[in-house]
Amino acid sequence: MKRRLLLLFPLLVFLGLGFFLYRGLAMDPSARDSALLAQKFPAFTLSTLKDSDARVDESLLLGQVTLVNVWAEWCPTCKEEMPQLLTLAERGVRLVGINYKDTRAKGLEFLDEFGDPFEVNIFDPDGDLGFELGVYGVPETFLVDKEGIIRYKHTGYITPEDVERVVQEVDKWR
Amino acid sequence: MALMIRAGLLLLLLVTSVPVLADSAIEVRDFENPVMAERYRDLTASLRCPKCDAQAIDSSNSPVAADMRERVVHLLREGRSDKEILDYMVARFGEFVLYNPRLDERTWLLWGLPAVLVMIGGLIVAAFVRNRRHIRVRALSAEERERLNALVNREGSE
Amino acid sequence: MLVKIIPELGLFALVVALGLAFLQAVAPLAGTTLRRPLWMAFAEPMAWGQFAFLLVAYASLTTSFLLDDFSVSYVANNSNSMLPWYYKFTAVWGGHEGSVLLWSLILSGWGFAVSLLSHNLPRDMLARVLGVMGMVSTGFLLFILITSSPFERLLPGVPQDGADLNPLLQDVGLIIHPPMLYMGYVGFSVVFAFAIAALLGGRLDAAWTRWARPWTNIAWAFLTVGIALGSWWAYYELGWGGWWFWDPVENASFLPWLTGTALIHSLAVTEKRGTFKSWTALLAIFTFSLSLLGTFLVRSGVLTSVHAFANDPSRGIFILALLGITVGASLLIFALRAPRMSGNVGFGWLSRDALLLINNILLVVMTVTVLLGTVYPLILDALGLGKISVGPPYFNALFVPLTVLLCAFMGLGPVARWKQMPGRELFSRLLWAGIAALTIAAAVPFLYGGEWNAAVALGLVTALWVVLALVRDLFDKTRHASSPLAGFRKLSLAHWGMVIGHLGMAVTIVGVAMVSNYAIERNVRLAVGERVEIGGYSFTMTDLSERRGPNFLADTVTIEMARDGQRVTTLRPEKRLYIARGQPMTDVALRPGLLQDIYVALGEDLGDGAWAMRIQIKPFVRWLWLGALLMATGGLLAVADSRYRRQRSVAPDSTLPREVHT
Repeated sequence: MKRRLLLLFPLLVFLGLGFFLYRGLAMDPSARDSALLAQKFPAFTLSTLKDSDARVDESLLLGQVTLVNVWAEWCPTCKEEMPQLLTLAERGVRLVGINYKDTRAKGLEFLDEFGDPFEVNIFDPDGDLGFELGVYGVPETFLVDKEGIIRYKHTGYITPEDVERVVQEVDKWR
Repeated sequence: MALMIRAGLLLLLLVTSVPVLADSAIEVRDFENPVMAERYRDLTASLRCPKCDAQAIDSSNSPVAADMRERVVHLLREGRSDKEILDYMVARFGEFVLYNPRLDERTWLLWGLPAVLVMIGGLIVAAFVRNRRHIRVRALSAEERERLNALVNREGSE
Repeated sequence: MLVKIIPELGLFALVVALGLAFLQAVAPLAGTTLRRPLWMAFAEPMAWGQFAFLLVAYASLTTSFLLDDFSVSYVANNSNSMLPWYYKFTAVWGGHEGSVLLWSLILSGWGFAVSLLSHNLPRDMLARVLGVMGMVSTGFLLFILITSSPFERLLPGVPQDGADLNPLLQDVGLIIHPPMLYMGYVGFSVVFAFAIAALLGGRLDAAWTRWARPWTNIAWAFLTVGIALGSWWAYYELGWGGWWFWDPVENASFLPWLTGTALIHSLAVTEKRGTFKSWTALLAIFTFSLSLLGTFLVRSGVLTSVHAFANDPSRGIFILALLGITVGASLLIFALRAPRMSGNVGFGWLSRDALLLINNILLVVMTVTVLLGTVYPLILDALGLGKISVGPPYFNALFVPLTVLLCAFMGLGPVARWKQMPGRELFSRLLWAGIAALTIAAAVPFLYGGEWNAAVALGLVTALWVVLALVRDLFDKTRHASSPLAGFRKLSLAHWGMVIGHLGMAVTIVGVAMVSNYAIERNVRLAVGERVEIGGYSFTMTDLSERRGPNFLADTVTIEMARDGQRVTTLRPEKRLYIARGQPMTDVALRPGLLQDIYVALGEDLGDGAWAMRIQIKPFVRWLWLGALLMATGGLLAVADSRYRRQRSVAPDSTLPREVHT
């Protein structure tokens, strides 16, 4: 009898593996949490998109719950994301943009065409701030709480279906 | 630069379901000394590109991989150690970028199981031989052999 | 008129094949249980019919490709009117649907071959074997028809032209790589079917192993060549000069190879000595299961891989179900029917039996290691423990010691005798082989590279140990013959197969050790007239031109390569833009050689007529694939052994059982 049970061992191992493979089918291998969750927003000093002489730094994000959206004119999905960002702004969410690896002219042109839900846009032409944030595919959106700590990250564009979830996340940290 | 990224992204969109490794990144870099060149090669081979599917940053054409390579060079020139450079990347992109997973409570099974299996295997061999060493050596019994031959030699025209 | 309905004809043939496969699965198995000879006799005609109809289906898909019928969605996605005709022919397996069709065609081909060549099998055994293969076939044909039909039409919106075959696949290496790989994967279904048939029939004795051995060797040889071709293709096509990336898809093909290698050895033990019967059956099940698992991993996209070209969850679920049923059922049959007692055959510490047991254990540990590394990120993710990556550094760190260990015993194996071998005798016979291996391996790095390199020495000592032990054994075995040639003749083909197979392994190890440690790689910037010196060679860029290929535009750089002022060769690397997909590709210029390859890949245009390019010198890289070819040759040579031919010859006891032509 003991030997019979031993002979069942390969079957059990396979069933275990099968379970994980089944779970794997439902998972998105590209969805990853940010490495910066529960960390302070990285320090930076950059100009804004509208004003090359202005200087903003991480204190910009203190005192209020803020959604920081990394976008660029050359990114096609950023255009599709804009209506959702406008909705979020209308619902009272504070939005700060990071214009990533763009030129000032192109960035401003984009805002003219697709709308401007942002309180201010941080101008990051070399992508240095983006690198500090671990941005690897634009658009990406970070939720920063009142103390300037990153609490949530959305990789890829925010679809109309995602809006509710983002609002809930924002409310959670208010 | 932006144009290149745009072309790259467009390409990604077009070919999301086929290999995207068609076009490998070839950059000309001059290092002060061969040791640093060697370290650069090893580091960029063991860092995974966060944007790509299964590719190290040394061979990826994705913009983030190019940024990461640039940063590796920068940190090497600053005199940082390999571990510091890997930590730097992990702090920004997560453990995901390490092709050589660190040993921690999540990965002890990954690193340990092969060694444990070799040991168990050794015990199995020992047990087998100890049990069988004294059995009188015998091949197939006459009866078994006959049956084997009968089965094997059966003609097709049966 | 008939031309227009060719795809429908293909679909119809596919449906008929499914029906036949179903009958092939059900009737013979029912016949064996109910003892109805007529039902059992169904197996063979059904296998032939299934093969014939799948040939029709495959031929009609090929015809659609050759006729540029872009109303067929699969053709539109994988071909283009500008594609050269030979690539249209091979584009049939360039995408998911077509490659699964090829998979099924090959499976039915193996079934057909089994029925042709196994007339000496007992009727019920043959019925069971073909029945099991019919079941697998039924599953895959259902998979094609339900989720992945290659005959689906794009009506009424027929595109003007096709999206073209992925440029990566427009290449000789890829013409033969997938069919070889599938021949291997699917070929293991035969030994699997034999094992299940033996378990079902309650006769898990040595007989089935003798029948299954040739089939297993052939499948293994195909898989070996398939993997080597994949590695070779990646080497010259991807432009990095890498030959193995531990990519999930590569691992998926490597897993059945590892267990298949273990299986070949354990079949030998079971056939010769009647031991390890259950274990051998289990390995047969494992090997085919891992082939199926590989198919699942590639087709479902659960693991991010550069190869995952068919990410479709419904397909994933279907294949997982198929995998679950096939593997689950066979492991259950194994658990219920494996013989309770293992054979009572004794052997000593240094017997060939014990060494083959060690071989099997180590190969299984290697399999588990590769599987673990491949699915570990998935498991952690499923448990909510975060995302990690397991890549080449992990696999290399574990595989090097395991391979060295394996080879240490591999040297002893052929020398040791069955049952028992006194340690002192083994020691005295291999002492000089060991000393010579250590000395040569220690010296070579000084002679070749100029300085001591521990990794190279380790690789060489491993390979030399295997080879020198074989040589010593050949010497011992032929010493008493009248002449060495007569002695060599007396050795069986099976023995030569083993010798060549092991030699192949050693050759591959030398290749790995040398190319991993002595490769030179430089990225340079060159313009016309400029020169660079690398590894004792000078490379001068002499020309930059543009040309138009059948379906691409190319920038071509001409490089004159010289050594000590003497011209060696001209290299022409290209950067191509494939028009239909707008996809850039680098076309490597190679100067292959037995001792080293020169490898030039073109990068970006740096402006002012200068280009970035990667120049590499790859010592002994050819040995990787040469070794694999030797291994495959060894496997095939063993099949040609008289022992298997005797099965069908008239005089079973003649020493030279060749057919006499009168």
